[in-house]
Amino acid sequence: MPDAPGGRRRRRLPLLLLAVLLLASGCAGAGALGAGGKTLVIAIVANPQMNDAIALSDRFERAHPGVNLRFVSLPENQARAKITASTATQGGEFDVVMISNYETPQWAENGWLENLQPYIDSSPGYDAGDFIPSIRDSLSYQGDMYSVPFYGESSFLAYRKDLFAKAGLTMPANPTWRQIAEFAAKLDDKRAGIAGICLRGKPGWGESLAPFTTVVNTFGGRWFDRNWNAQLTSPEFRAAAEFYVNLLREHGEPGAASAGFSECGTRYAQGQAAMWYDATVMAGTNEDPSSSRIVGKSGYVAAPVNKTDSSGWLYTWSLAMPKATEHKQAAWEFMRWMTGKDFVRTVGEEFGWNRVPPGCRRSTYEIPEYLEAAKAYARPTLNGIENADQDSTMTEPVPYPGIQFVGIPEFQDLGTRVSQQLSAAIAGQKTVDEALRQSQEYAETVGQAYRETR
Amino acid sequence: MRLGRVSLTAFTWLVAILFVFPLVWMVLTAFKQEADAYTDPPKLFFSPTLEQFAGVFERGFLPYLANSGFVTVLSTLAVLVLGIPAAYALSIAPVKGTGNALGFFLSTKMLPIVAAIIPLYVISQNVQLLDNVWALVILYTAMNLPLAVWMMRSFFLEVPREMIEAGRVDGATLPTLLSRIILPVVAPGIAATALICVIFSWTEFFYAINLTAARAGTVPVFLSGFITSEGLYWAQLSAAALLASLPVMIVGWIAQNHLVRGLSMGAVK
Repeated sequence: MPDAPGGRRRRRLPLLLLAVLLLASGCAGAGALGAGGKTLVIAIVANPQMNDAIALSDRFERAHPGVNLRFVSLPENQARAKITASTATQGGEFDVVMISNYETPQWAENGWLENLQPYIDSSPGYDAGDFIPSIRDSLSYQGDMYSVPFYGESSFLAYRKDLFAKAGLTMPANPTWRQIAEFAAKLDDKRAGIAGICLRGKPGWGESLAPFTTVVNTFGGRWFDRNWNAQLTSPEFRAAAEFYVNLLREHGEPGAASAGFSECGTRYAQGQAAMWYDATVMAGTNEDPSSSRIVGKSGYVAAPVNKTDSSGWLYTWSLAMPKATEHKQAAWEFMRWMTGKDFVRTVGEEFGWNRVPPGCRRSTYEIPEYLEAAKAYARPTLNGIENADQDSTMTEPVPYPGIQFVGIPEFQDLGTRVSQQLSAAIAGQKTVDEALRQSQEYAETVGQAYRETR
Repeated sequence: MRLGRVSLTAFTWLVAILFVFPLVWMVLTAFKQEADAYTDPPKLFFSPTLEQFAGVFERGFLPYLANSGFVTVLSTLAVLVLGIPAAYALSIAPVKGTGNALGFFLSTKMLPIVAAIIPLYVISQNVQLLDNVWALVILYTAMNLPLAVWMMRSFFLEVPREMIEAGRVDGATLPTLLSRIILPVVAPGIAATALICVIFSWTEFFYAINLTAARAGTVPVFLSGFITSEGLYWAQLSAAALLASLPVMIVGWIAQNHLVRGLSMGAVK
């Protein structure tokens, strides 16, 4: 092959590579960690409230000279995998990690996390008694807190007051699922592109299974009985599944089998749904003029029930300290700052009161500015979280912690598989019975392992 | 005949548009406000803004860019330094067991990387390479080397035997033979190989996300940080993705001629 035309280029390419290399290594040097002082590496989930915390973090650094903060912010699934790997192997990459009430009791039992109770007890003014009890309990192991909550959520129902008024309907303060199904049937308007109700159908143990499991609970179903026998084909579980799938198929949003929180949120905020049952933090998006067309048009009521008094879930993103953390005191100072009362005020004053991390401190619900900004949903959110315990959301006792999840390590995998079956039923590829029979087999494998070891 | 040509042209356009559309859409979205970025129906007309790009730089894009550049350039150089002699030894002057060696190289690509990640993580931890750019340099070199050896071997096989013989007759030593006769002939092939290594290293996500944290994160890891389960992110993610793909696009554009010639070179025998 002749090489003439390439002659000049051949000389240019290595030069270019060299230039890029020099540039890169120069920048890498400049971006290296500051000499001296402590650097805290914090792994967090990339949600809007966390980004607000990152934006405010230079205030912490100014107040604590000698402590530098580095954030690693990842989407939920990647963050979970990464934080789990690092904490379980004592990898030591992170000084502070963001986890939830799903991980905290399990990891505390495994001895992966630092007990925070001594730090809390020696921090006057931190006021852990201010945390909503259900949240505090969900982050405790043997009476001690192993992570501290940044924000908390339950689930509730948003509905369009204007559409209800137009149809002459009244939403009760504590609706039942039967009533919701009737409302959905009446308000479903395919021609106007308005779905009766939005519910999650996207596979994932943290996606569709969260709302679905609260429906199962209030219909009297459960994942396992006290002896770890899987209960996914029980009459109650089946009734709940039939109800959820039929409601979605008949009056739910188009493409429900792949709709999660974000998809439902976009649809509802665009005015294309009459009701939406989901996490209480949705109110922030619904009432944000920059992303929503229906600001001020929504009412919020408690999670619908069937056989129980309440049915809202309980979830919280919280900060924990892995055992391998090097700068423990500095790490605690940061956690104290990010979950303290003052932080809530700072966010409210800097970014606006509807961006305050909600649902973990009672005192937040005594701030007049917040109550004014969040008057449509502050009270229902707080009530939902306070009532979120197994006794009031389930009819039968269960051997696991958690409301909308089964608090065992195997649930990430089991839940994802079962949610795929549920999505297949929602998409009409399977009957509910087929989906549940397959799910029961998956669950039985897990249950068997627990029956043998306990 | 004419109808056939017209339909072929139409088909080519269709395929081209199908490939380019996601890119065009990304560019459009990058200049939107968040509220315009995810609508039903999608918005084609909007008032463009540079806000998202400012946001990307505010979130500290440059350290990630520097890490990506460092890892990509070093691992590609390492692949060339190790791969060129290997390709020579497996083509022009075949050593004993060439077939086995080639098979072995290829077999290392058959293990799904997800199956190796836990041992890799533990090893990195034990040798203090967690969250260190050098861990990625080593892994990307290992990841690209088998493919590079195979590619370059096919280019080396193209070098006419007579040229090498002639060189030998004229008394050229091995270094002279390599630098004066063989390398000039296979240069387009080596450029193509290097570019592919650059692209693979630049876009690699799985190792990067698992083995880095605050210090050694690369651009794909930075990109993923924009995805959130609560709230809107499409416009800013598109802006970040556009910035992330620019360097590779530029390198690809510069090396375009080499690449096409290099890729077709091994194929026509």
